[in-house]
Amino acid sequence: MSTSDYDSACLPDLLPLYYRRLFPYSQYYRWLSYGGVSKNYFQNREFSFTLKDDIYVRYQSFSTQNDLEKEMQKMNPYKIDIGAVYSHRPSQHNTVKSGTFQALEKELVFDIDMTDYDDVRSCCSAADICSKCWTLMTIAIRILDRALREDFGFQHLLWVYSGRRGVHCWVCDEAARKLSVAARSAVAEYLSLVKGGEETVKKVVLSDPIHPFISQSLVVVEHYFLQYAIVGQDLLGSKASVDKVLSLLPEDILHELLNTYQTEKNPMKRWEHLRTAVHQKRTTIKKGGQYFDKEIMLQYCYPRLDVNVSKGVNHLLKSPFSVHPKTGRISVPIDLKTLDKFDPFKVPTISLICEELDKPLTAEEAEEEVKDKENETESGERRKLRDYKQTSLAKYVKLFDQFLDAMARSRKGEMLKKSDLQKEF
Amino acid sequence: MLFSGRKKKVTLNQQNELYGHCLQFYCQPPLENISLTEFEAFAVDRLKLLKAVENLGVSYVKTTEQYKKKLYAEFSSLGFPHREEADDSSSSKNQTGPTECEKRRKDHISHFILRLAYCQTEDLRRWFIQQEMDLFRYRFNELHSKYKTEFLHKNNLKYDTISPDEKDNLKEQLISSSFGFSGTTVAEQDFYKVPFQDALDLVRTRKVYLKGGYAYIPHQDIVTIVLNDFRTRLSKALALTARSLPAVQSDERLQPLLNHLSHAYVGQDYSIQKNIGKVSLEQIDPLSAKSFPLCMRQLHKALRENHHLRHGGRMQYGLFLKGIGLTLDQALQFWRSEFIKGKVDADKFDKAYAYSIRHMFGKEGKRTDYTPYSCMKVILSNPPSQGDFHGCPFRHADPELLKQKLQSYKLSPGGIMQILDLVKGMHYQLACQKYFELTHNIDDAGFSLNHPNQYFMESQKLLGGGKEVKKEAEIPQKGQENTSSNDPSVPPSRQHNTTQAVDDMGDLDSYFLDE
Ligand code: SF4
Ligand SMILES: [Zn+2]
Repeated sequence: MSTSDYDSACLPDLLPLYYRRLFPYSQYYRWLSYGGVSKNYFQNREFSFTLKDDIYVRYQSFSTQNDLEKEMQKMNPYKIDIGAVYSHRPSQHNTVKSGTFQALEKELVFDIDMTDYDDVRSCCSAADICSKCWTLMTIAIRILDRALREDFGFQHLLWVYSGRRGVHCWVCDEAARKLSVAARSAVAEYLSLVKGGEETVKKVVLSDPIHPFISQSLVVVEHYFLQYAIVGQDLLGSKASVDKVLSLLPEDILHELLNTYQTEKNPMKRWEHLRTAVHQKRTTIKKGGQYFDKEIMLQYCYPRLDVNVSKGVNHLLKSPFSVHPKTGRISVPIDLKTLDKFDPFKVPTISLICEELDKPLTAEEAEEEVKDKENETESGERRKLRDYKQTSLAKYVKLFDQFLDAMARSRKGEMLKKSDLQKEF
Repeated sequence: MLFSGRKKKVTLNQQNELYGHCLQFYCQPPLENISLTEFEAFAVDRLKLLKAVENLGVSYVKTTEQYKKKLYAEFSSLGFPHREEADDSSSSKNQTGPTECEKRRKDHISHFILRLAYCQTEDLRRWFIQQEMDLFRYRFNELHSKYKTEFLHKNNLKYDTISPDEKDNLKEQLISSSFGFSGTTVAEQDFYKVPFQDALDLVRTRKVYLKGGYAYIPHQDIVTIVLNDFRTRLSKALALTARSLPAVQSDERLQPLLNHLSHAYVGQDYSIQKNIGKVSLEQIDPLSAKSFPLCMRQLHKALRENHHLRHGGRMQYGLFLKGIGLTLDQALQFWRSEFIKGKVDADKFDKAYAYSIRHMFGKEGKRTDYTPYSCMKVILSNPPSQGDFHGCPFRHADPELLKQKLQSYKLSPGGIMQILDLVKGMHYQLACQKYFELTHNIDDAGFSLNHPNQYFMESQKLLGGGKEVKKEAEIPQKGQENTSSNDPSVPPSRQHNTTQAVDDMGDLDSYFLDE
């Protein structure tokens, strides 16, 4: 089960197998057709492929599932990105009159990447992750998932592991897909609390009254904070880390705590002292807005969104079930029911699932398979079903199926409502 | 067809109907005939007003007293309606100015004329809608609540309120979603429930309670919903007007006038590089210390140190460099030579970055909104996040770090104090202007800063030689006083037109298609 057996040099050999026998085309097509309600929804969708040596092919589009399959099996992309649904077929974007080719709709997406947390995690940096800092992703998912459902009323959220160091969220509700750029950016800003770049020390500032969204987010953060930050990251252990935390406090509290910390070395107790000091100050000062402890928790744990990814309708995002070329891991859906148990290091790699197939196809068999396809898709289809089911990919495809079923159910509900309305006329 | 000779008499009744309220939703196009002189004069005045709105919006926070005061002054001097009651006694006493009713007529007609001039392209529409919205927001907010309600009635604007039960259930949440609310304020006020998409400004700033996709808006913020309505209608109307445009464009009296009006909006266009090719790559280092505004100096430094800039930084800095005159080849060379010192090799650079640089210069792709960013854009949009160095240091840096930086640039302690005070008051551009004055050893910059490239040009002018500077100094207005001096100059067609001042303009309403 170890991942050390993935070697990126093998990718060119593994990809054809993956795209021929394992990639869940029918679910994928079912997803992006959205029940076929609006015309050309799948056909006008942009796909972009990254091929060997970082060759980047934008504006791919396909008329049918079969078309998509054939192309993917021919190109064997290292990475697949999904873009917007356009006014015309993206593959013909050069032939339409300039200015008329426009991005119309796309899922509302979120991209959370561990590299954006570099100033607040001590365990790893840059592209590295470990099970300790993965908690940050868990927190991010919990907070955003709640807000997108309860505050914004969305229902169909697909959370996906990016394959390396982050997670993506695809909000697939019809209302979300139709959001304007302005609305997307308003949602993203509503959800952003950590502000400021390299030139800012204090990145979270709360003011009175604390908005319900922030209170709700704090509930999540508090649930994880002690275990994650104080124990796991040893936030109040080393001198450097203590100094960093204290720099977020006003002078008087800072000095008081420096004194206390000379004798008090236990990190948990240190945190308690910090909270007490802040609370005391809050009661002595009439003016509101003394939320230093909460601000620290948020600065260290609150999800850091790449707002630009969410804003644009035409922004590309790595597709679910795409492979991460560096780690070989598949971008799989995440089950929120077992979120706390999700372990990125247990996500199957392409080498693993390819091994799990009985045996790799020989060249002859491969050729036969292609013929098979052309003649009787039926049996080819059945073959594939059997194929992925015998690998560790199966449970993730099942999850994807459940997600699609839920969407189909609410589409049906919508249609019933509409036809009921029509009957009334 | 459009200029039929048929005359319409506007009855007193109609006037009352149209101009009964000091604020309009501009649902009805003007029905009367109007002379070319009046047409032109109204249009120019409204354009001045909109430019004033734009300039003030850059320099002041829109809710401050200063902003309101300055804008009020513009209203009075340009003769637009501001008072709530028509023809009250005080105005008839100062008989010199136009009456309230005349002002309202001007407001009405001038708005519709500018619709004609500003419906033509996406950019023009966006600008016009933005300014008209700011104008409307200001005027609506200034109304007494009685007149607000009257305005809603008159224009048939009805929004869903929530029941007292629901209000009671959500009391806690509603209180903690608005500043300064208590249980009683919640009980007293109506709350409107609208899809969150209709109240984006409140959503963005988390000033409203959200539940299940709906925003719960207290009556005091109703302007948000009304404004959203205003925008939707105006943008629809502009699209419709654009369709009747060919008719307007074939009118040789109107066409030059409208074109002139629409050209007047952008101010200086910094994407037109007069000095193209005049800057060599070796000069950039010294220039960045002498003539770059702080935002660009910071980006330049970060690029040199890290051999990389993230997307936001590349855009802000790249377009600025284009604006100061770098050619495409220079830009490619500049970015490549820096990036390959870091983690990116030449091959990767050509694949991943060169495209976007050519894009900035309009060589790839078709969308061409690639003018260098104004201060307003830098300050308001796309704030920097982790790993970013773009943005405006006066706005986005911690005051403490800003102070250190200014100290390291050897600014006097007194000067630094002044800058930090301006920053505290959220006058970022004025702070930047002060920085300009201090670093160029002058008392008064003599211009009103709104663009990093303007900063650069003014600096070069000062450092480059005295003659030009003298001439500039004759325009003494400082800072915001000169908003109306930015006015569009007199249209070239004016001379010609005055001779036909008696000409009848025909029915304006014929240009505005019904839905
Ligand atoms: S005010 Fe304008 S020019 Fe000055 S630093 Fe800010 S963005 Fe740059
Ligand atoms: Zn880690």
